[in-house]
Amino acid sequence: MAHTPLTRRELLRSAALAGILLPAAGALSACATPAGNTGAPTAPTAGAKSATNPLGIADDKPFEVVIFDGGLGDAYFTDIHQPLFKTKYPKIEIKHSATKEVAKTLQPRLAGGTPPEVIHNQGANAMDTGALVQDGQLFDLTTLLEAPSWDDPNVKVRDTILPSAIELGTYDGKYSVLTYTSGVWGIWYSKKQFDENGWQASPKTWDEFLALLETIKKSGKCAPFTYAGKHPFYVYETILTLAAKIGGIDVLKRIDNLEDGAWKAEPVKQAATAFAEIGAKYLMPGTAGLDHVQTQTAQNKGKVALLPCGVWLENEQKDSTPEGFDYAVFPLPDFSASDAMPYGTVHARPGEDFFVAAKSANPLAGVEFMRGMLSKEAAGKYVELVSTPSVVKGAAEGLQLKPGLTSANAMLSAAGDNTTYFRFRQWYLPMHDEVAAATGQLMNGRLTVEKWIERIEKKAADIKADSSVKKFTRT
Amino acid sequence: MRYGSSRFIIGFLAAPVLIYAIYVIAPYAQAFYIALTNWRGVNATPEFIGLENFRRLFGDGIFWKAVGHNALLLVLLPVLTLGIALFFAFLLNVGGKSGVSGIWGSKIYRVVFFFPQVLAIAIVAALFQQVFRPDSGGMINSVLPEPVGFLSDPDIALWSILGVLVWQAVGFYVVLFSAGMASIPKDLFEAAAIDGASRVSLFFRVTLPLLWDTIQVGWVYLGIAALDVFAIVWVMTAEHGGPDSSTTVMAAEIYRNAFHYFQFGYASAMGVVLFFFTVGFAALALRLSRRERVEF
Repeated sequence: MAHTPLTRRELLRSAALAGILLPAAGALSACATPAGNTGAPTAPTAGAKSATNPLGIADDKPFEVVIFDGGLGDAYFTDIHQPLFKTKYPKIEIKHSATKEVAKTLQPRLAGGTPPEVIHNQGANAMDTGALVQDGQLFDLTTLLEAPSWDDPNVKVRDTILPSAIELGTYDGKYSVLTYTSGVWGIWYSKKQFDENGWQASPKTWDEFLALLETIKKSGKCAPFTYAGKHPFYVYETILTLAAKIGGIDVLKRIDNLEDGAWKAEPVKQAATAFAEIGAKYLMPGTAGLDHVQTQTAQNKGKVALLPCGVWLENEQKDSTPEGFDYAVFPLPDFSASDAMPYGTVHARPGEDFFVAAKSANPLAGVEFMRGMLSKEAAGKYVELVSTPSVVKGAAEGLQLKPGLTSANAMLSAAGDNTTYFRFRQWYLPMHDEVAAATGQLMNGRLTVEKWIERIEKKAADIKADSSVKKFTRT
Repeated sequence: MRYGSSRFIIGFLAAPVLIYAIYVIAPYAQAFYIALTNWRGVNATPEFIGLENFRRLFGDGIFWKAVGHNALLLVLLPVLTLGIALFFAFLLNVGGKSGVSGIWGSKIYRVVFFFPQVLAIAIVAALFQQVFRPDSGGMINSVLPEPVGFLSDPDIALWSILGVLVWQAVGFYVVLFSAGMASIPKDLFEAAAIDGASRVSLFFRVTLPLLWDTIQVGWVYLGIAALDVFAIVWVMTAEHGGPDSSTTVMAAEIYRNAFHYFQFGYASAMGVVLFFFTVGFAALALRLSRRERVEF
């Protein structure tokens, strides 16, 4: 027997190795440590303005576009937006790329002061808009709103898009994010399945809705209700919309403004209780462990009748939807006769964020590119391609649309001004995560409504107290 | 001649040391500094806020939950993996009737056990998502009478993660221990067998003491792996460490705060805490595993 220092040294080495490898995640961020202040962005110099070139961009200076690859790749860029822009500015070179990892690709470039001009900030790996605003990375797009529209020089861009898009793109009083599509949420079903079984869609009252769920359950044909269990956003979205319908838009405004007790409000409590009951009685077994694609595919296979989702559903499921499935959607029913908002109220919210980087080399060209995106031609083609309503007014006129999109458009126009939305998801991502996690537990009966409220209230208070997070307000 | 050899050594060392300093040491130092700022990752001037991040960290329930999960894995992952691997290695090498060879078919098993090690971790995670699917489409649930939410029930999810980690790690240690056992002289086993030792006492009295060094190394490696768990949790679970933070680990919280919430300062503070945990573990491992070696 002998003492062997060698083994100890080996151990020491592996221990040191552990010390080096482990906080690698922390060190990762360090690779991107900025070298110092690169100075405030210099105001872009505009060239000669003209009727055809209202922003006065240089007609030979290149710019760059980075597209989020959400399954479509960069098809809409190469097929729609680039050709349109090129017809007007044949000499401008557009460099472009598509990525699924928006944050990883672009964050170092933003921190380093060499960002691309136009950024499609979307997807699970998008950059936090709040952080971007806080750090002055967004170019003020008021220029875009005030510019004449691509199609008609007498109409400003401001008047060609939905007012809600301008409202939602405004951060800190400055319009800085172009939301390109107009998302609308509802409860989706297969018209074919409902017709075959004689089920009555579009219940007008909560009792009718529960009766419908009960009928489906009793029929034994399929489960009545599901949601993307792994992403409880899909169901908290519905709960908040119902809360707004019961108590009015102020309910959501107070939540967005992180007001104390906003989640304790009676309408929020009623809505949460109502959906917790659905979770307990009518949920498809296994929902909690399935993601959006799995639950949506279950619906395509006729295993479940109803699920809440946004208007992109039909497009997302196009490969697994059987022939004649006939997607259709209905809004939330009246909860009681004293609801603050009428039947047909929907959660409608512009989405697909594009922004121009304030510190990019040629920001005005980016703005001009966006002006082209908002032309009727580009917007219409985009609607056809991705099967989602546009923020450009009348973009879908004269287009042949799929049944689900037609149904969603009808629901949206029936809603008129009765639309709701919330903004904390974009403003405070940690808050979104907490609401999602708690709601998942609520739907599976592991959290009471009281505990659910308590947890979210606490998170809201934490964020409010966190000085490192920039606060936003809406009125 | 001495002069020449030192020049030779410096010539070889300069480049790696320089690269190490730039890509390892410098980011480290920077991470410590970033932990003292409220940097959100996209601007050029982090604001210095002192120890504020650390103060917040102490009140962050989810982070401490993650620490608890890492601690649990730190204890259970090495114990289970090493236990199972030792048992398999023993059967494969000296578990046969004669006591000097493996059980029948050991060569095939050796390959089969090593298989999970060859798979990329993301593939393992995607694979087990299907294995654990909570409806009848799941491999396990298709034979169970009542579906179990392996990854969707917060009480079970962490154990499912542990199961996958063990499944993935065992193969490597079977091979490691097999190599260790192969280096133990056969006559020791033969002598013990002649003296009438049963397989159990063969294992505990001969194999285990002679393998002690190898086991120590395995324990340190698995300890590192337990503190470093990330990809399996991130890819496999809902809400990246859910449901409801029931499977989250320190590395996942660092990643979430840095790359989802863009709170790079706060995430770096977590990284610093993780660094000290790791150093602490290493020191502890050195203390506890100090043991005299059997020479043969």
